[in-house]
Amino acid sequence: MNPANYLVLAAVIFTIGAVGVLVRRNAIVVFMCIELMLNAANLTLVTFSRLRGSLDGQVIAFFVMVVAAAEVVVGLAIIVTIFRTRRSASVDDANLLKY
Amino acid sequence: MTYTAASGLFAATWLLLLFPLVGAALLLLGGKALDRAGYQFATLMPIASFVLAVVLFFHLKSQPTSGRAVDDHLYSWIAVGGFHVSAGLLLDPLSMIFVLLITGVGSLIHIYSIGYMAHDPGRRRFFGYLNLFVAAMLLLVLADSYLGLYVGWEGVGLASYLLIAFWQYKPAAGTAAKKAFVMNRVGDVGLSLAIMLMFATLDKVDYAGVFGGVHHIGHADLTAIALLLLLGACGKSGQVPLQGWLPDAMEGPTPVSALIHAATMVTAGVYLIARSAPIFDLAPEARLVVTIVGAVTLLFGAAVGCAYDDIKKVLAYSTVSQIGYMFLAVGLGPAGYAIAIIHLVAHGFFKATMFLGAGSVMHAMDDQVDMRRFGGLRSVMPVTFATFLMGYLAIIGFPLWSGFWTKDKIIEASFDKGGTSGYILGICALLGAGVTAFYMTRLMILTFFGKRRWTEGVHPHESPVSMTAPMIVLAIGSAVGGFLLILNGGVQHWLTPVLGKSAEEGVHTVNGTVLTIITLLVVAGGMSGAYVAFGRPTVRIPWTPPQAGAVVTAARRNLYGDAFNEAVFMRPGQYLTRFLVFVDGRGVDGAVGGLAALVGGTSGRMRRAQNGFVRSYALSMSLGAVALVGALLLVRFG
Amino acid sequence: MTAASVAAVAAAAPITHTRPGESAVFYLLGAVAIVAALGVVFAKNAVHAALALVGVLFTFAVFYAMQDAPFLAAVQIIVYAGAILMLFLFVLMLVGVDSSDSLVETLRGHRIATGVFGLSFVVIMVGAIGHAITHASAVGLTSANAVAGGNVQSLARLIFTTYFWPFEVISALLIVAAVGAMVLAHRERTDRPSQPELMRERYRREDLVSALGHSAPGVFALGDSAARPALLPGGAEDLDSVYPELGGSAHGSSAPQESTP
Repeated sequence: MNPANYLVLAAVIFTIGAVGVLVRRNAIVVFMCIELMLNAANLTLVTFSRLRGSLDGQVIAFFVMVVAAAEVVVGLAIIVTIFRTRRSASVDDANLLKY
Repeated sequence: MTYTAASGLFAATWLLLLFPLVGAALLLLGGKALDRAGYQFATLMPIASFVLAVVLFFHLKSQPTSGRAVDDHLYSWIAVGGFHVSAGLLLDPLSMIFVLLITGVGSLIHIYSIGYMAHDPGRRRFFGYLNLFVAAMLLLVLADSYLGLYVGWEGVGLASYLLIAFWQYKPAAGTAAKKAFVMNRVGDVGLSLAIMLMFATLDKVDYAGVFGGVHHIGHADLTAIALLLLLGACGKSGQVPLQGWLPDAMEGPTPVSALIHAATMVTAGVYLIARSAPIFDLAPEARLVVTIVGAVTLLFGAAVGCAYDDIKKVLAYSTVSQIGYMFLAVGLGPAGYAIAIIHLVAHGFFKATMFLGAGSVMHAMDDQVDMRRFGGLRSVMPVTFATFLMGYLAIIGFPLWSGFWTKDKIIEASFDKGGTSGYILGICALLGAGVTAFYMTRLMILTFFGKRRWTEGVHPHESPVSMTAPMIVLAIGSAVGGFLLILNGGVQHWLTPVLGKSAEEGVHTVNGTVLTIITLLVVAGGMSGAYVAFGRPTVRIPWTPPQAGAVVTAARRNLYGDAFNEAVFMRPGQYLTRFLVFVDGRGVDGAVGGLAALVGGTSGRMRRAQNGFVRSYALSMSLGAVALVGALLLVRFG
Repeated sequence: MTAASVAAVAAAAPITHTRPGESAVFYLLGAVAIVAALGVVFAKNAVHAALALVGVLFTFAVFYAMQDAPFLAAVQIIVYAGAILMLFLFVLMLVGVDSSDSLVETLRGHRIATGVFGLSFVVIMVGAIGHAITHASAVGLTSANAVAGGNVQSLARLIFTTYFWPFEVISALLIVAAVGAMVLAHRERTDRPSQPELMRERYRREDLVSALGHSAPGVFALGDSAARPALLPGGAEDLDSVYPELGGSAHGSSAPQESTP
């Protein structure tokens, strides 16, 4: 097997995550799909790190994990706040900002 | 041509202008505080100018003939490179006569206005405008350059506009003022073009420079300048084809009609041509045009004057006709300049007399102007009748009255021009005299004789002394003025330094005595014609004008002058304006508005895409990203 | 790239094919990962989605480990599967898990457009990557990991040297995120009265006992003791306020008499 096949897998997982973001209405599930996409990106970084024989990719993947953690913390806090006021976690319900 | 620099008493020439200017400024800027006493002050101003003018006249008379053109330099007005115009006043025999006429008649009409405008709420404004007019008119005749004359020219135009529209609440007055202003503007364009042409050919616009350099101007240029000056003169003097505004100008108060639209301002055109004598002397074709304009206008005015029932309109057309005589005279060249000026002065007196008389009649008849409703006023208003009679006898050229001396001279000079054109012009002038006698007799009969055809509730009475006194003075002037002016060729000799030698001593085409007799016969014919038509006891004058033939109908409609203007200038202008409005509304605004509507409509539909759903936005972004990456790959590997 | 890693690149031989074991694990777990990812997207219940996500995270941890990234594999399991997933589940419980989501699409044409997007994106990405990797070969991380004596040591060296500044910035970001989450999720209780308000409220009842809670020392008596008689307005002690058993003259449990000298 070519070691670059990981990239194909990452692309597929990334697409599944993106489609999930687009079709799901539950904000928490949407966040999970975003985690899928981030992980696909991380897999790409790790794979490239291996292909190029350099550890920089792994370092950046590490940073991505940290950023993902921060993002999840803030995002979930926002979801909780919205849920508290609107009694709903659906992204379609927060549609006041429009024409 | 050189002028003597002003010194001694002549250095006070500018005071002539200052008095009325101060009066105008004080009354127009002074506010309500001057409502009660302002008019008396304003009346004193032209009188002061008149007194000074008389003093200056005798002082000028005492000078040797060569020193009678005095230039009072005030200050350097324009100095641009080699182009210099000084603000200065030129006092010479010609302008002296005008100054005396303007200040003299002007003073009398100011006095008359005290009585006439006694109860008008806008009296202060009226006297302010009158002062402004006198100042502008004096500047017009006293300026020593065409540019200065132009300032005065526009100044009298402004004063005339303000005074015609003095009773602004009357729509007719506002319309008449606008008409006067616009038609004057046509003439003013001619005058300004003439001045520009002088500047272009000579680099000078002052009289001394222009008249000194006329020999260096090409014949074509000179004729063009002369014709453009004639256009300006036609505009200001109400000559064909710019005659339409003058009768309408009678919407203003009667003193205004007497002062501005009969005695002084409308003669500015004659002054302009006489002043430009050195130019016209060298442009015989232009002179011919002047005579033609004069002849056509004098017949035109006389013909229309026969048809009107409005006493002021008749007098207005009579003015048009009389100024036509003056134009005819100045067009004759050196032979006619002096005669034209004499007739001008005489006309100033008798026409002012008659206008003031008409004002007096209107005053008595509750501001009615229809002669068909007057009649028999002779016994009720004896002073008005007597003074009006003096003016009447003067204008028709009754022997020994002033018209007899001045108008006959013009007829004589027309015949003396020689050739076919001389005969044609002479016969025109003769015919004009007859028609003048006809319509003036008609006016007299309808107003002062016959049955009383008054409307109910009218109680005519004689006017107060402040009104009759000026009328009496002017009536004396119209009675004996002509003879005094012509005595010993006084005015002709007086004007010789300015206008050149009069050709009176030349060969006469027609014997003078014979011509006088013919003229008197024609006049008598006109008078008896009017008597037969209107004066016999059996003739009944209805209130409404009877049906008339084509000629009279045409005359009642100003010989279709207004209709012509409307058809040729107004209608196409209106159509052009409407077309432009259409283009602007549909084309320009349509394009602008359409573009805005397109953007607005598109935005209105496209903003529906902003549906508030985050997922839709995310989908748009994703699809965009795919398209972008796809395009990139296509370019790279496709 | 440090000088050491450059040397390692030069030293190692390119890898064009993975070992058979790795290939087998890749295909097996790759299929699992895709299925689990589809589970995340299409599970009706959010908890099931979270569990599917755990599956994806674990397979990815294995992939990291297979690609010479043991540290990331450990972090993936500890941080992601351990902490972040717990956070997800926690919020899920907070919001309520009883309602399973409806998967009926409400936006017109959205699902079709999403399908178009997904398919075209997969085709483009897989096509492009497949085209690019036909002759790809891996350098391998054996030498890079060996620079500092192991994967963790080498990563640490990189993080604390080359990537020191980003590392500090990211730590600051993490703190800000934590504070931000607290600010967002914390509910300010605005209906609770403050201490001065409570005090004023008590006094408004015009009743000193309720205002002070109990008799204050020095107001009714010199002390709290029941044996202390109350003080009368004149300053004299009121023996009637003390029970006889304690030395006073009060009658039983009745209130102190008013008639005193």
